[in-house]
Parts: sequence; C-alpha cells; structure tokens
Amino acid sequence: MSYEFLQTLWFILIAVLWIGFFFLEGFDFGVGMLLPFLGKKDEERRAIINTIGPTWDGNEVWLLTAGGAMFAAFPHWYATMFSGFYLALFLLLVGLIIRGISFEYRSKDSNPKWRHTFDWMIAVGSFLAALLLGTAFANLARGVPIDANMMYTGNLFTLLNPFGLLGGLTMVTVFLLYGATFLTLKLEGDLRERARGLSKKLYVVAAVVVVLLAVFTYIATDITSKVGVNPGFVPLASVLAIVLVIFFINRKMEGWAFVMTAIHIVLTQVAFFTLMFPRVMISSTNPAFSLTIYNASSSQYTLTVMSIVALIFVPIVLAYQGWSYYQFRKRISTDKKSLVY
Amino acid sequence: MDPIILSRWQFGLTTVYHFLFVPLTLGLSWFVAYFQTRFYQTRDETYRKSAKFWGKLFLINFAIGVVTGIVQEFQFGMNWSEYSRYVGDIFGAPLAIEALMAFFLESTFLGVWIFGEGKIPEKMHLASIWLVAIGSNLSALWILLANGWMQHPVGYVINEINGRAELVDFFALISNPKGWLFFWHTVAAGLATASFFVIGISAYHIVRKQNVDLFKRSFLTATIVGLIASTLVFFGGHTNGQFMFETQPMKFSAIEAHWETSAPAEFSILTIGDLTGKQEVWSLRTDAIGIPGVLSFLACNNFDCEVRGVYDIQAEYEATYGPGDYIPLMVVTYWTFRFMMTIGLLMMLLSFLFLLATRGKYENAKWMKWVPWVIVLPYIANASGWILTEMGRQPWIVQGLLKVEDAVSPNLTTVDLLISLIGYTVVYGALAAAMYYLMKKYAIAGPDAAMHESVDVATAAVGADD
Repeated sequence: MSYEFLQTLWFILIAVLWIGFFFLEGFDFGVGMLLPFLGKKDEERRAIINTIGPTWDGNEVWLLTAGGAMFAAFPHWYATMFSGFYLALFLLLVGLIIRGISFEYRSKDSNPKWRHTFDWMIAVGSFLAALLLGTAFANLARGVPIDANMMYTGNLFTLLNPFGLLGGLTMVTVFLLYGATFLTLKLEGDLRERARGLSKKLYVVAAVVVVLLAVFTYIATDITSKVGVNPGFVPLASVLAIVLVIFFINRKMEGWAFVMTAIHIVLTQVAFFTLMFPRVMISSTNPAFSLTIYNASSSQYTLTVMSIVALIFVPIVLAYQGWSYYQFRKRISTDKKSLVY
Repeated sequence: MDPIILSRWQFGLTTVYHFLFVPLTLGLSWFVAYFQTRFYQTRDETYRKSAKFWGKLFLINFAIGVVTGIVQEFQFGMNWSEYSRYVGDIFGAPLAIEALMAFFLESTFLGVWIFGEGKIPEKMHLASIWLVAIGSNLSALWILLANGWMQHPVGYVINEINGRAELVDFFALISNPKGWLFFWHTVAAGLATASFFVIGISAYHIVRKQNVDLFKRSFLTATIVGLIASTLVFFGGHTNGQFMFETQPMKFSAIEAHWETSAPAEFSILTIGDLTGKQEVWSLRTDAIGIPGVLSFLACNNFDCEVRGVYDIQAEYEATYGPGDYIPLMVVTYWTFRFMMTIGLLMMLLSFLFLLATRGKYENAKWMKWVPWVIVLPYIANASGWILTEMGRQPWIVQGLLKVEDAVSPNLTTVDLLISLIGYTVVYGALAAAMYYLMKKYAIAGPDAAMHESVDVATAAVGADD
C-alpha cells in the first residue's frame, strides 16, 4: 500500500473514531445534562442514568481510541493539538472525570445530598465536555495560530472566539436534543412523555443554533475557497435531517426522531472532516504552516502495522459493542423492582 | 517556577495516583471471577455472596482507575508534546492498541456485568466478568510494553531527516523482554495487592464473627494466591533487576548507592549520602557482616562479577552523550527500592504465616485484629516500585535517546501548569475522599449490603449504619 494511501486511510479511520464517539457519546452527554432537570424523583433519575448505564463507558472508549490513534498515526497532530489546547483539554478531562465517577458513585449512598451532588456533577461534567469539544472542533475548522515549527502560539482565550463558542453551543444544544430523543425512545410512561415535551422545546433552540453555525461557517472558515458556495450533498443532507427531526417528534415517532438527530450529527462531522482534509490542523498564521496528513504522520511502516491491527480488532469491537446494545435494547421503567441501582 | 519541574510533578502525582487503583483492579477482577465461577459450579450461596461483596468493592475502586486513566493518555500530548513528536511513531502504537484491544473489552463487559445479571443468560454474565479481568490485564500488557520501550528501546532507527525515532520492527517492540518482565512483575503485584486487600477485610469480619464462613474461605483463597503472587513478584523483580544491570547500569548502581566500580560488589545495608546526593558520607555494606559479593550476586547470579559504580558510568555517559549529569536522584532510587523490597519480602513471609495459621483456630487469635493493617503494605510497595522505575531513568525520558528536559511542551507557561496541577490535586483529592468513604462503608457493611439491588432495600441496608 502506498504511503499516501495509508495516510488518507488513517485520516478516515480517525474521522470514523471521532464520528463514532459523537454518535454514541453524544446522547450520553445529552442524557447527562438533562438528568437533574428531567428527573424529579430519585427512581426517575436512576432510570434516566440506566438508559445509558451499561454502555456509556464503552462509548467513551471511542474517544480514548481516537486519541491513541492520533498519537500513533499522526504524532504531530496529537502533539500540537493536545499541548496547544492545554487548558481546554484540562477542563474537558475534569468534566469527564467528575461525570464518570458520578455514574458509579451516585447511588452508593442513600443520603439525598450525596445523590444530588453527584447528579449535578454528571450534568456539569457532560456540559463541560460537550462545550469544550464543540469549541475545539470549531477552532480546528476556523484555524488556530501555529508557527513554522508546528507550535501552537495562542492560549485558552484564542479558542474562546465567537465562532469557537458558537461551535461549543451547537454541540451542547444538539446533544441536548439528541439526549431528549434518546430518552423518549428508552423510557416509559410519564417520564417518556416529559422527555418528548422537552425534546420539542430543545429542538427550537438547537435548530436556531445549527442555522447560525452554518451561516457563520461561511464567514469563519475557508469553505468558500475550498468547497465553493454550494457546500455539496453532505451538509445539505445534514440540514435536511435536522429539519425532519421535528416532523418525527410531532408524530410521536421517536425512533425516527433519534435516527435523524444521529444522522445530522454524523453528517455534520463528515462535512467537518471533508473541509479539513488533507489538513489536520489549519494554521491561521500562515496556511503553509498547517499540519497535514503528509507532514504530521507516522512512518509508512507504522501505518501499515496499525492498519493490520485495526483490520483485525475493529470488527471484533463493533461486534461485541453491538451485541451489548442489543442485550440492553429494552425500555427502562421507573418500577423500583426492575431498577438496577 | 520552572515549567519542566511542574510538568514532572504533575506527571508523577497523577501517575502514582492512578496506579494506586490499578493493581487492585488487575488482581481483584480475578477474585470476583473466581468466586462467581465457584457459585456457578456449586450453587453454594456463600460464593454468590462473595462474588457480590468483592465485586462491589471492585467497582468502587475500578471507577477511579478508569477516570484517572483518561488523563494518562492525554497528558503525553498535553505536557510532553516534544516527546510525543519524537516517539509517536513507536510509542503511539501500543497505546492505540491498548484502547482498541483492552479498554473496549473491559468497559463494554463491565457494563454487561453490572447491568446484565438476571437479564442475560447466566453463562454470559459469568463470561463477562472473566472478559473484564482479561481486558484489564491486557491493558496492563500494552502500557507496559510502551513503558518497557522507554527503558529499553528496541526495534527502531533514528530518522536522519526528521530527527525522530521510527519503528522498523514491530515484533521487537511487542517481544521486548523489559516489557514482559514488567508485565510479570506488575500482574503478580496486582494479585498480591488484591490478596492483601482480601486478607485484611476478611480478617476484620472474622474477628467480629460476621459471615465467618464466607470470610474464612476468602481469607484462605487470598493467602494461597498471596503467597504464590508475592513469590512471583519477588522472582520477577530479581530478573528485572538483572536485566536492568545489563541495560540500565546507571539505574542499577544508583539504586544500590554503588559509587565505585568493584568486583566483587557489596550490597548496601545502610548508606548515608551528603546533601548533594553525589557523595557517600557513611555506609555499612554486606562484607562488613561477613557475606561478601551480595550485590554481584543480585546483578549476575555469581558472587564475583564486576558491578560498575555511578562515577565510572557518569564518565562513560559524558563521553557518549556529551556533558551533563546522568546520575539519578539517589536518595529516591535508594530508598524506594528498599521500601519496595522490604515490603515485598514481608508480604511473602506474612502470606506464608497466614496460610499456616489457617490450619488452626486462627479466628480467635489475638493478632487477627491487627491484620486489616496489612492492606497498606502493597500500596506502599507499588508506588515505590514505579517511582523507582521512572526516577531511576532520569535524566532520560527514553533511555539513551531523549532527555526529559527536551521532551516537555515548550508552549506551556507556569500559569497553565499551576492551574492544571492545582486543579488535578483538588479533583483527585475529592475523588479519594469519596472513594475512601464508600470503600470503608461497604467493606464494613459486609456482604448483605452488597446483595441488595433495589432502591428501598439498598437505602435501608446501606443507610442503616449512617
């Protein structure tokens, strides 16, 4: 296999890992943010957590694998981005830590204050994670200051520009909607109806923010010069998907509402990675300083070895993760007898 | 403050903290799997309760290991970007494989194990805890192969054009003896840690005559496993030391406060250095008590071989790598080794004595009430071992190839690092407090509290002792 082919392949594989992560963990983040607002009673909150309880940790591994794959396949991308976005990633880690620990610890003590604290940590941690990842990705599309030595020359506030924050807000609102449609799909009775009601309200906010992001993408990124004014099929299909979400919510077809939100998220990410390719980090200092799949990658040998490893293990992982989703496909009721605490 | 110092402290603190929880996860997973299997085979309720009880404590511990593990993977890029650029072609591979092969396995099947009881076939539920144990220990293998490469780089060339290390032999990387020696030592240490954890908590309940049958079985299992595991730790450590003597002679001699080259070489019983740590002030060595050549024996299994001193190795390294200080902080290497080794030997002795005691009526023995304190032993030994391994490699981050001072992210400021260092300290401190509170509560509450799943009962049973 040629070097260029392998570099392209690994760009695609890393894109797939990130997209898989947002596709799966997106509704986890949404469920986490909604937890204290939607769940009024303790067993309701437990039921909400249990919709993602068996699978959230496995979903998060997509992020770890994406990070590991970036390290292995594009060390310069990993090094520049992770050291450059230092404080943003630190806050992301804090968000993931407090959220992860809370899923495990919140029910292990009956004190209402204890549970209340951990429930809010789940919400805050999920919010932080979605906000920071959205901000980081918007900044990747917009370009960040990088010098000739692949060194990020900005700081945290460089990332907190309007477009970056709009990206963060988009991820938060879309994941809230995603979480609400997921909960409508996974819960029963009154709680399910409340999730449905909430998804309608959240839809309005998410739709407005998505449109704003689409408009500002033309201003903040080089999409017009790279792709043209017509963005092509994928972004348009992504917009169509989010338009259809409300159609399905209103007809109480929550399965389709969830699928359309998922398609919107996946296609938005596909559009993002298409815009980036073959660059992995765009330099706003000088386009010539951008990191690309060609100047940031590992050697041909390493990419070959990693391709073989991925070819063997990715299908296995997909098979058992799919199997575990299948095992826990049933709706969750707030009936105390059936709730796993 | 110097950003390098802060990055080093942060890496050290977060890594030692992470590794407080990892060995118990590695070892206790096998115990839970074993007890659940015994229940499956015998239908004996005591085994079911054992699996539930130790499983509950396993989960409380596991959660912290998982969330602090994410920091581990991210901070190579965050704090050590130049390291990542230099070794990414090699070091990234085992890390990515670890996620793909091990993290997915343990996370997915842990979820299945927690939520699947009664919902999936019992055989599947049993298989899932075994897969968790296999996944955890597999992840140890890959991260240790990665660390093994930092101690003993193999299968690479230095690319003259871009100046980085590049992989040329993947099989050399995955068959690196250093990585496999680490794996042997660490997996055995994980089992020994879990054994002493089980021994200590079982003793607590046996003394109080609570669930005596269950805890006597756990105690017996743990003493047998503990004896085998701590013996394996000992021989793994010894082999590791000999490999270190060949591949990292400076670390070996710094551990032993062995200043001057000699044959035969003497083992230090107690050495006091001056404040610079580079000069001996006073020392008592094994030849003074009539057994000469002990250090030679440790290094190469015979009492006469030559062991080079740190001064000679320093001179050689200066000739090879240019001027600089190549001697690690000897007060740390010397003492962490002695903590680790002494505790390791003590654990072998204790598990042997406990095993002997199980032949008699040990449940009434007066000494039993002190036994819970043995839980702290493996924790000190585990932390000492890693501090020794990593500090002993200084000033190198990759032995002989890249120095720590050249590995740090150049863009980070003191303020960045203070924010993250203080932030991690606060968050990790709070995690430790919550973990300790829950661990103590469930360990003391015993198997009955761990058995109940539903809201009301859990509230009643667990809330009762609040």
